[in-house]
Amino acid sequence: MTQTFLGLPRAVDTEHLRGQPFPVAARAAVADSQLRRNLGNATATIRAKRARVVGEVPDWEALRSAGAAIKDSVLANLDELLVQLESEVTRRGGTVHWARDAAEANAIVTSLVRATGAHEVVKVKSMATQEIGLNEALAAAGIAAWETDLAELIVQLGHDKPSHILVPAIHRNRAEIREIFLREMAAVGLPAPADLSDSPAALADAARRHLRRKFLDARVAISGANFAVASTGTLSVVESEGNGRMCITLPRTLISVMGIEKLVPTWADLEVFLQLLPRSSTGERMNPYTSMWSGAVEGQEFHLVLLDNGRTAVLSDPSGRAALRCIRCSACLNVCPVYERTGGHAYGSVYPGPIGAVLSPQLTGVAENPTLPFASSLCGACYDACPVAIDIPTMLVHLRSQAPHPAAERAVMRSVAYAMGSPRRWTAVLSASRAGRLLGGRRGRIRALPPPLSGWTASRDLPVPPAEGFRDWWTRTHGGPTTPSLPSPGPTGSDVAGPGASGQRRGGSGGARTGVDPAEAAGGSGPGGAGPAAAGAEGGGE
Amino acid sequence: MRIALFLTCLVDTVAPAAGRATVQLLERLGHEVVFPPGQTCCGQMHVNTGYPDEALPLVRRYVETFEPYEVVVAPSGSCVGSVRHQHAAVARSHGEDALAERAAAIAAKTYELSELLVDVLGVTDVGASYPHRVTYHPTCHSLRMLRVGDKPLQLLRAVRGIDLVELPGAEECCGFGGTFAVKNADTSTAMLADKMRSVLDTRAEICAAGDSSCLLHIGGGLSRLRTGVRTVHLAEILAAQEGVSRAAAGESHTAAGGSHTAAGGSRAAAGGASGPPPERRSASGGKS
Repeated sequence: MTQTFLGLPRAVDTEHLRGQPFPVAARAAVADSQLRRNLGNATATIRAKRARVVGEVPDWEALRSAGAAIKDSVLANLDELLVQLESEVTRRGGTVHWARDAAEANAIVTSLVRATGAHEVVKVKSMATQEIGLNEALAAAGIAAWETDLAELIVQLGHDKPSHILVPAIHRNRAEIREIFLREMAAVGLPAPADLSDSPAALADAARRHLRRKFLDARVAISGANFAVASTGTLSVVESEGNGRMCITLPRTLISVMGIEKLVPTWADLEVFLQLLPRSSTGERMNPYTSMWSGAVEGQEFHLVLLDNGRTAVLSDPSGRAALRCIRCSACLNVCPVYERTGGHAYGSVYPGPIGAVLSPQLTGVAENPTLPFASSLCGACYDACPVAIDIPTMLVHLRSQAPHPAAERAVMRSVAYAMGSPRRWTAVLSASRAGRLLGGRRGRIRALPPPLSGWTASRDLPVPPAEGFRDWWTRTHGGPTTPSLPSPGPTGSDVAGPGASGQRRGGSGGARTGVDPAEAAGGSGPGGAGPAAAGAEGGGE
Repeated sequence: MRIALFLTCLVDTVAPAAGRATVQLLERLGHEVVFPPGQTCCGQMHVNTGYPDEALPLVRRYVETFEPYEVVVAPSGSCVGSVRHQHAAVARSHGEDALAERAAAIAAKTYELSELLVDVLGVTDVGASYPHRVTYHPTCHSLRMLRVGDKPLQLLRAVRGIDLVELPGAEECCGFGGTFAVKNADTSTAMLADKMRSVLDTRAEICAAGDSSCLLHIGGGLSRLRTGVRTVHLAEILAAQEGVSRAAAGESHTAAGGSHTAAGGSRAAAGGASGPPPERRSASGGKS
């Protein structure tokens, strides 16, 4: 059995990493026609852009491999690199704080802001601060946090939640954004002009004017980090609007909250990711605003909060640690057929989409997030799109094995495995399944089945089992094995009798076409044949 | 060549026509097909639903059943994907390293039908005749686990009389996903709805694929809505010799090269359907 890892710190406050069961949330989402249209349009546009700019890089696959290799090497040497980062940041006038979980990180940031006497802060878009619920923690301490990324501003003003890692307001269209600006801006700052149209330029202009005042007033800024270069203690924020640079340069105090996996060893490594990230995320050849800073600049105070929040637990799982390669580009969301139809809110976590279905349960523990690993058809589009080659489908399957299974499902899966454990039992099941023909109406189609199979027949017919199965046909046309009758009582006993059983006998009429089955002897009672399956079916234990 | 048939449990239970067609096709091409009766299931459903312990005996069964054969074929990209990408890992995660090695060796000689025909047997014109309007859904695991590329389309383009039309958004999942179709029925159905819209847009009478599982899903939806569009396995089309007398079929089969170029016109568009990046396909591929 796969190992489970206990005792390492997990994200204690899971509020921002889990929601209602995915199938329940998804049912409402797929019925929302506005959402379906907004998402369909937006993901199709980003997909096309990404495909175009990725396609023009001749060594894209080599870049992907390099990105994966660098991240793997970072993860293998994280202990040393983090200490190196700390000493380099400290040497350059910054202060480094270590946070085990969300509560610790929020407490550190809150006390740092309090120490400045500020009652409001401006924020650069940051997944780490969303993961820990920093805005809510600051609000509880009487500190207002203003999001300055356009899409985050839309989400914040709309009292909404982000639904995409990169494009948090992807579920909103222009008309909805105009309404939010007109309704909400006045209460928290400069109002939107009364004659605001829903043209992108007009909306951006209203946001720019609203935000400009926030930038100029703010004494404290809070950011995340896309990368941190260990060798020089340099942090980097990669953004498209210039709001990040305003936040990083204008206020007197800068606080950056960063997941411990964001490291790269040297500047040369950064070269790989600054090619992979913009093409994968926004479909741009080069990122518009790339800010880098090493420690504190003169006249400014700089604090770096290094966040674990479940990451070392992920790191300790050999089958799961590749998720820490993630650079939050969102390429997997944009190509995911599930995400495209449900949107991000259905995932209930700040990390939605395929990588969210992996990362959220990893950070919270699978028991806390049992439906997300199943929120995928395993189509594999995410793996192909991932710039650091995270094999998301395989990781989802791994997490599924750790999920608590419903008792009824477990019983069915064990029974099926038991039946498939021997050809005698299996062919008996095939024969018995012919009775299913009675369920089909005149058209030979099954239209309704009891739960849980009603999930299938709610929207899909099922063909009745065939009058003549393949094995019967094979016997009729090629000779050889016949379908055995139902096994005699005593499920395991009859199997042990295996090799000589009727299912394994081949008739003499087939000639060259009838293959001799050299594996026959192994068929019914091979060392692994019936035994383990039987043990499993009889509760042989985990 | 002597070829062992791995039927797959789904073909065994509800889709025997795909199995029969696979046998008939390979025999028509002059090969010997063997059906080892010890086979049951590759175990993919158990692995993908989170039951690796229950899958382990099925992996072992597959290994023991097919180890003696030189070449194994299955009419399913998904099951071959499981054999190739999951079997050894399942064995290894249970500490069964020897079994893992055997599984890896068998995986290397297990082929999906279009791979066997094009790569191993070196044939694209199998002498089939199928005078119907057909659109082809390439299936996720054939595309992204096995990377079969345009092999199924190469085979279909050589079929006489076929009117092969490109499926818009072909590389997008139909929403089946095994137990996903039941556990997340609403999302699965939403995906299916879009796939059916694409199929209906082609005005094809047949939606074909190389996987009975995806066909069960797409076909179940098409049937429920009385669309009048049927699903047919790739093997059934390649085995078909509709409107061709035995003798003529044999003749045209040997005269492989020339005969199918004549029918090429309408298929040229469909030919573009298989380029690797899904996003660019829609831009380049002309609708029929």
